[in-house]
Amino acid sequence: MFVKHLKKSLLVLSLGLAASTGALAQSEVKLLNVSYDPTRELYVEFNRAFAKHWQETEGQKVTISQSHGGSGKQARSVIDGLEADVVTLALAYDVDALRQEAGLIDADWVKSLPDNSAPYTSTIVFLVRTGNPKNVKDWDDLVKPGIEVITPNPKTSGGARWNYLAAWAYAKDKYGSDDAAKDFITKLFKNVPVLDSGARGATTTFVQRGLGDVFLSWENEAFLALNELGKDKFEIVVPSISILAEPSVAVVDKNVDKRGTRKVAQAYLEFLYSKTGQELAGKHYYRPRNAEVAAQYKDLFPEIKLVTIDNDFGGWQKAQETHFNDGGVFDQIYKPGN
Amino acid sequence: MSRRPSVIPGFGLSLGYAAFYASLIVFLPMAVLFAKAFSLTWAEFWKTVLDPQAIASYKLSFGAAFIGASINLVFGFIVAWVLVRYNFFGKKVVDALVDLPFALPTAVAGIALTALYAPQGWIGQYLTPLGIKVAYTPLGVAVALTFIGLPFVVRTVQPVLEELEKEIEEAAASLGASRWNTFRRILFPAVLPALLTGFALAFARAIGEYGSVVFISGNMPFRTEITPLLIVAKLEQYNYAGAAALAVVLLVFSFVLLLLINILQHWSTRRAGG
Repeated sequence: MFVKHLKKSLLVLSLGLAASTGALAQSEVKLLNVSYDPTRELYVEFNRAFAKHWQETEGQKVTISQSHGGSGKQARSVIDGLEADVVTLALAYDVDALRQEAGLIDADWVKSLPDNSAPYTSTIVFLVRTGNPKNVKDWDDLVKPGIEVITPNPKTSGGARWNYLAAWAYAKDKYGSDDAAKDFITKLFKNVPVLDSGARGATTTFVQRGLGDVFLSWENEAFLALNELGKDKFEIVVPSISILAEPSVAVVDKNVDKRGTRKVAQAYLEFLYSKTGQELAGKHYYRPRNAEVAAQYKDLFPEIKLVTIDNDFGGWQKAQETHFNDGGVFDQIYKPGN
Repeated sequence: MSRRPSVIPGFGLSLGYAAFYASLIVFLPMAVLFAKAFSLTWAEFWKTVLDPQAIASYKLSFGAAFIGASINLVFGFIVAWVLVRYNFFGKKVVDALVDLPFALPTAVAGIALTALYAPQGWIGQYLTPLGIKVAYTPLGVAVALTFIGLPFVVRTVQPVLEELEKEIEEAAASLGASRWNTFRRILFPAVLPALLTGFALAFARAIGEYGSVVFISGNMPFRTEITPLLIVAKLEQYNYAGAAALAVVLLVFSFVLLLLINILQHWSTRRAGG
């Protein structure tokens, strides 16, 4: 008797749920943005702005969930089945892995949105202690004896690969050859006392543990560190040459097609290029692509000579292969006897 | 020991459940791991696992795990002894504190230990002038692995000590045994199997530890890089098979060590019982 009653009420309940979710499906849509660590605050604000925009233009409610972690780890989660509608990662190499490892996105994803599918950029700068006691001005100062440089391990941190490549680009530009650049990088990493596994760990090492004289950092992270930890404690030093860090964004084709969210996912990423999106990027210390918005922030972001992965390193696949894969240049630096 | 009855009600069901559960939670993931690792050719497999950098990391991982477990063997025993045999103010608190390394997220433990032992940390600032570097050295790795392993020895030895009756010691004393002899011939053999179990658990746990170590070790290739870090580095290259190969090495080594300790434990139980 009881069981029968229970069954009946369960049936009613499930019918009711089905009806209500069916109705919701039309008026509400959910997106998952899988991103990397330091974009948390940016996307909290951006999601709110986009939800408002979508409601106004399409009359549909959109709820966006965010997932943050190391860039490579996040990409692996998506490869292993985390149903991201969009990814906003630290480097194109990790986005490309979605294609290579699991065929989740189209081959020409990098052309699907303007500016290499990177709506905002950053670069690598130096963070030094107040007064710049070791008088660090440019990359050459980092290879001097007695200077300690803090950077995460490029083998485990996607973000740290930009640091390494920025240094390489400087040496190549100044000393001309790959061999000279390798010598320079070897000397530089001899001055690195600790290789944290991720960017935030390295920040802690430099800021809280008081280790090191120079911290190689993404520009946006350097600003955050200044804001959170005191402008009286640290200064930003901008080197003569750095690299254009392009955090890539992409719609995860296979997932949006399965979930029927392509339209809103595409609009979400395109909104990053809108004036609102660009202003939010600037507010969170990423360099906006939009010239007009960038002009508002020109005091914050000094002009530097910036090299790019595609022009100077032949793209991410090649850079990864040459420098960071097992047996690559980075491993050679640490070979015993070197 | 009483003999187990040959037929227990619900035996079939519980055995079936146990087998299913163990397969799902343990054997299946292991099988996938092995399958991934052996998607490499033998030559690739050996090249990956015998790479000099990998070998340096095994030495650190196993060496520091062994040191950590050994320290816990001695001090865990003392802690357990104090907790069982003495009454003092705040004993309950100390007892609860022992489990803290279980509960704490390992990354938090790592950050806390690094804050203590870094050159300008609370403890580190006094050690550094003495020439003792803890954070960012193999010693730091051993400290982290000692921290996470402590509860294992305490929690395995404690119940055994509690069951040992004081009367046995008193009897030994009344028969003229010295304290040392009582310890050596009565107490120690009785707790030895539990000590070995605790040691093995602490050791096994330490080998795979990642979170607490990456913060304090400094992750310098060939010097302070643990094997789990190399596994993560391989994953960053989307080299799943290579990562699995290193994991298999850890697993096989750990399994052999656990097996040896089990045999030793079995032998010591029988000796103590007989």
